Amino acid sequence: MEDILKILNEFRPDINFQSSERLIDDGLLDSLDIVNIVAELDSEFDIEIPVEEITPENFNSVSAINRLVDRLKEEA
Amino acid sequence: MNNVISYLESSANAFPEKAAYIDEETSVSFAALRAQAMALASRILEVTLGEINVPVVVLLKKSVKCVTAFMGISYSGGFYTPLDVTSPQARLAKIIETLRPKLIVTTSEFSALAQSLGFSEEQIVLIEDAVNHSIAKTQIDVALSKKIDTDPLYILFTSGSTGIPKGVTICHRSVVDYIEWVCRTFQFDEKVRFGNQAPFYFDNSILDIYCTLKTGATMYIVPEKLFIFPIKLVEYLNENRINTIFWVPSALIYVANSKVLAKLIPEYVTKVLFCGEVMPNKQLNIWRKAIPNALYANLYGPTEITDVCTFFIVDRDMADDEPLPIGYPCGNTDILVLNENNRLVKEDEIGELCVRGTSLSLGYYNNPEKTKEAFVQNPLNQHYPELIYRTGDLVKYNDRHELIYLCRRDFQIKHMGHRIEIGEIETAVLSLPNIENGCIVYDDQHNKIVLFYQSGCADDAAILIALRNMLPKYMLPNKLVQLEALPVNGNGKIDRVKLKASIQ
Repeated sequence: MEDILKILNEFRPDINFQSSERLIDDGLLDSLDIVNIVAELDSEFDIEIPVEEITPENFNSVSAINRLVDRLKEEA
Repeated sequence: MNNVISYLESSANAFPEKAAYIDEETSVSFAALRAQAMALASRILEVTLGEINVPVVVLLKKSVKCVTAFMGISYSGGFYTPLDVTSPQARLAKIIETLRPKLIVTTSEFSALAQSLGFSEEQIVLIEDAVNHSIAKTQIDVALSKKIDTDPLYILFTSGSTGIPKGVTICHRSVVDYIEWVCRTFQFDEKVRFGNQAPFYFDNSILDIYCTLKTGATMYIVPEKLFIFPIKLVEYLNENRINTIFWVPSALIYVANSKVLAKLIPEYVTKVLFCGEVMPNKQLNIWRKAIPNALYANLYGPTEITDVCTFFIVDRDMADDEPLPIGYPCGNTDILVLNENNRLVKEDEIGELCVRGTSLSLGYYNNPEKTKEAFVQNPLNQHYPELIYRTGDLVKYNDRHELIYLCRRDFQIKHMGHRIEIGEIETAVLSLPNIENGCIVYDDQHNKIVLFYQSGCADDAAILIALRNMLPKYMLPNKLVQLEALPVNGNGKIDRVKLKASIQ
């Protein structure tokens, strides 16, 4: 979870990620952020986030992203 | 025909009730658009008192209302500049300082921002009220009668290397010339359903907006969020039976890489146009495989020549690693590829792409110095004053005599579809306290903006946070590297070649 937080903070040091469950819904993260974050998550954890998983639900909070990454790591 | 307003008049007469522009919240028919625009124009004329060519900025989220604002300002005889509401205030302030607009068209949500940008209450026109204003037809007719085709329609600002954005001034005649060519070449008519992606401060949007206006087509403003979620994006295109898209390559590349096209296809799309950066054949081929019968066209051109000056309709198979040509000059456009001696290149000699014709911008607003540098006397014409625009792009002809883009001759980059002068980022970095020196290098391989900096106290996060207040998001460095000292070359200048090599 810390690794993920580190990645998120690298791209957006201005956001307090732990305090929001509506990162997408509130427009805190935009398309540029998601594109960068997905690329970095793929590379860092050696996974490939498939397009069906790129949904608002999976990216609305750090814990959601964490669950997504854990699940894909297991399946890999 | 000397004014794009004629397009609206004609479509409002031919298709009054047809939906012209549609966003998430609302839609407007051609007739309603004309009425609302004339109301807004009447409100504006109360302030301008019939003076034409008055600059007016538009501070609104991307929406149908923006188009109403653009049309209203045009009916009043003025010209418009759309402002990016997500841009930091400091950058908006620079634009306003250059433009010195008389009025701002906005909504109550942004009136506080408008005031902090220096607009007084009398200068702030709230669009929600203005569209209900009574229509002063006579005053509008008088204002329009004074306007000629070489008068400006809009000014779009682009990145400036010294930190000051440049206002590219485009006249009605250039837009009409461009739109006529687009509609003819791609056979656009009222059956077109555009899925607009381009922000309105980016000139790709000119094609979407004005082709719709001319043909009586319908333009859907695709919600920006959908470009993050490829499945939802394709679902939207299908739900709305979008048949024509003109997107920046980054958007097409993202969709291709997400592999959504293997699962879900935009079923109604028959025309895929793109412009703004290099489109790799690798991702284009993914689209071509998914939608083999669509027309694919690579359009190329800087803002300074009214969006597009060359085009290539893909007419054959292409290997993934082949460069996609930028093709041939648009109708009524002359392309001069000039070598170092200012002579036309021969065979496959490399040269700078220069543009000649009606598409040329009138210049950079209130910036004669930068204008003179880029818009110069045609070196091949010694007989009378004639301008060409030097794009700074290096190109050559392939053996089919198609133009191939090679690279820039200077410090301009394309990142995620945005045109950025490296100097604009560097100026911002160097202005920060504690930064002793800094240099931006673009990592083409990974599409990252890399900042090398020298500072007594390193703090990547603090630098990014500070830059956020000065630059739009897409200009922020993606990677920061602190060095004891930046390497210098024999001339004492920062050795950019060495820095670039270090990230290869």
